[in-house]
Amino acid sequence: MKKILAAAVASAFFAFAPQTQAQTPPNVLVVGQIAEPKSLDPQAVTAVNDFRILVNLYDGLTRYKDGTLEVEPSLAESWTISEDGKAYTFKLRDGITFHDGTPFNAEAVKFNFDRMLDEEHPYHDTGPFPLSFFFSAVEDVIAEDDTTVTFKLNAPYAPFLSNLAYPTGLIVSPEAVRKHGKDFGRNPSGTGAYKFGEWEANAKVVAVRNEDYWDGAPALEALIYRPITDANTRIAEMLSGGLDVMVEVPPDSLQQFKSDAGFSVLEQAGPHVWFLILNAREAPFDTRAARQAANYAINKTALVDNILQGTADVAAGPTPPAFAWAYNESLEPYPYDPEKAKELLKEAGYNGEEITFYVTEGGSGMLDPVAMGTAIQADLQAVGMNVNIETYEWNTFLGKVNPGLEGKAAMAEMAWMTNDPDTLPFLALRTEAFPDKGGFNSGYYSNAKVDELLDKARQVTDQNERAALYKEMQEIVREDAPWVFVANWKQNAVTRASVEDFKLQPSFFLMLQDVKKPQ
Amino acid sequence: MGAYIAKRLLAAIPVLFGLTIIVFLIMAMIPGDPATAILGSYATPENVAKLNRDLGLDKSLPEQYVIWLGNLFQGDLGRSYSLNRPVLDEVLERFSATLILAGTALVLCSVFGLLAGIVSAVRQYGWADKIITLLVLMGISTPSFFLGLLLILVFAVKLRLFPASGMYAIYGGGDLPDLFHHLTLPALTLSVVATGVVARLTRTAMLEVLRQDYIRTARAKGLPERKVICKHAFKSAFVSVVPVIGIQAGFVIGGAVYIETVFQWPGIGSMLVKAIATRDLLLVQGGVLVVAAAYVLFNLLADVVQTLIDPRLR
Repeated sequence: MKKILAAAVASAFFAFAPQTQAQTPPNVLVVGQIAEPKSLDPQAVTAVNDFRILVNLYDGLTRYKDGTLEVEPSLAESWTISEDGKAYTFKLRDGITFHDGTPFNAEAVKFNFDRMLDEEHPYHDTGPFPLSFFFSAVEDVIAEDDTTVTFKLNAPYAPFLSNLAYPTGLIVSPEAVRKHGKDFGRNPSGTGAYKFGEWEANAKVVAVRNEDYWDGAPALEALIYRPITDANTRIAEMLSGGLDVMVEVPPDSLQQFKSDAGFSVLEQAGPHVWFLILNAREAPFDTRAARQAANYAINKTALVDNILQGTADVAAGPTPPAFAWAYNESLEPYPYDPEKAKELLKEAGYNGEEITFYVTEGGSGMLDPVAMGTAIQADLQAVGMNVNIETYEWNTFLGKVNPGLEGKAAMAEMAWMTNDPDTLPFLALRTEAFPDKGGFNSGYYSNAKVDELLDKARQVTDQNERAALYKEMQEIVREDAPWVFVANWKQNAVTRASVEDFKLQPSFFLMLQDVKKPQ
Repeated sequence: MGAYIAKRLLAAIPVLFGLTIIVFLIMAMIPGDPATAILGSYATPENVAKLNRDLGLDKSLPEQYVIWLGNLFQGDLGRSYSLNRPVLDEVLERFSATLILAGTALVLCSVFGLLAGIVSAVRQYGWADKIITLLVLMGISTPSFFLGLLLILVFAVKLRLFPASGMYAIYGGGDLPDLFHHLTLPALTLSVVATGVVARLTRTAMLEVLRQDYIRTARAKGLPERKVICKHAFKSAFVSVVPVIGIQAGFVIGGAVYIETVFQWPGIGSMLVKAIATRDLLLVQGGVLVVAAAYVLFNLLADVVQTLIDPRLR
């Protein structure tokens, strides 16, 4: 009997094992994703995970210049902006067709924006389009002729060009939308370097080389995106040869890949900032001294080095350095200085009253929020602050923080990833952006000068002029300290050593047009 | 027998019906809503309200439930907003993957559990019994997600004998050997705890039966030991183990939630985890309904089998 048992166990183990693990084939890149995409309709999705596929299937009118967050022409060859900044006229590239063979032209552009913005549009029901507010300034889209299209805005809106480079602005084939209706998201058609191949639910999304790509056909034959939600499993797949590329590698595992010659590790700072919202409406953070004290009291270098294990840099102000053109280089992070923090707290008249600190368990861009929250609590306790943590699951957390902290908490964790230096300060630092006015200024920071600078920066279309306004804003905000500026996350990726010309972009999009994998 | 099965099936309907109400209420009570989940940090009250309108979630809860129920009777489970596809398609596809995994695990746990239980009962206090008891104890007390990671590390990363995740190879493959190749590690992981439970119960049941007079009579008659064990003792012990296997069926489907996440098995467990995180009510509702129905059916099946093999219950 025991022989039977032993034989049965052994056969169960090895019956299906004779085949050795196949390596991924040459010229096919297998990418480990953190989740199944929701949809491949670029206007219907919000997650970076989905963007990583979309930017290879579609093009926008504009795109980010390689390695920067500056806008350059893509499907639009050139553009002119009217004097008043309210009309953008684009000259479109001629002779481009969508993957389904239909022509790309001004009417197609109009269809895209009308579908998203006009609730009466016959295909508006193929949504919802959660990020359509990126284009809420658009009043009308006019197809002047086949290759000329004009956007009329209701007010000057400088971030418009970079919003067009965001996935929400990618151009889809109108014919494919008409044909597939609500199922367009699973039958996508764009103009990008790769054509949609197949989508096997919960297993893979395949994209194949577009031989006719206007910007040069890619070297790879195909991309395969695999959703693997569990980080440990993703790492195991990478180690066992089932993936060529994986993104969002947990800090704990980076070292392992770095010390293995079979892999290359890449890092790239992105437009991300991790901060603490301070409630400026109620004690103790209603004084600038107390808010600065929090900035001095928290040892950001230790957070970044020990908890995040070097996967982020210390933040100096509200704008991430990845926005190189708009970033104020002269800004220095608040140094770690507990003595100074104690002094400032005394000056602010704080006497150890208990304060509430909202911490989340996870969430987009939140890194390691529980460990970070605990370390922050300890740092604040060390300067005499009595901090009580309340932890919530991400959705619940947003439901508590977004409506404003008044009467509930003194501080809350938060992180943002944006595509334009306008977005975050405009939505979260202006007086007009208080939660009751529909914004994200949950800590009620208000400074007339900051409001003025941000309003003005939306209206000037010259990049240098805009940059100067943002730089001045950053200086004031750093001094006023409405937030504790903590970290700017660096995106990371691991590739097998045989993968060539793989680059990460500051936009966090995964552009794979130029990647090669000869073996 | 037919009338009994029909009665049991009818009795399941109010259970399932009540369950859908409970799921609806729980999903309504947990904080956060789908629009917030979709919009993330862009969730202003204004954006949330607009998106809820677009998703049809601005209606009252009873209204939503009645609409859902009405559609259910027409075989329509609605459309998932986190996946942008019909709930029924997703649930059926996912559930068949879970059935393959859980079914295999169930077979494994029945076969090995029974074998181990019989061996250790027959060799009570012998070394085989001691080893099996130790293994069973270890199996029951090892968290299955941990065991899963351990197996991945050894058999996928180090030895490269089995794939670390997925159900089919992503290129080539797609046939039955490929499926078994992918199935081995997760099914084994999933079956371990259940095997332990079955083994323990089989051992106890067997020991009890082996003390009975009729076994002594059988032995006294000079029947070969093999026949005594397999025919007389096991048949009787099996009757009391069957309902436990039925319960284990429910357990492996429940346990599949972890295992599917660890092994990226495209089953209904990992689907439910994601659906709850994104507050995808219709998907949760559809998934729970199918899992609950399966649970009811498995238990019914176990009861039927027990009735068939135990003449006393007829």
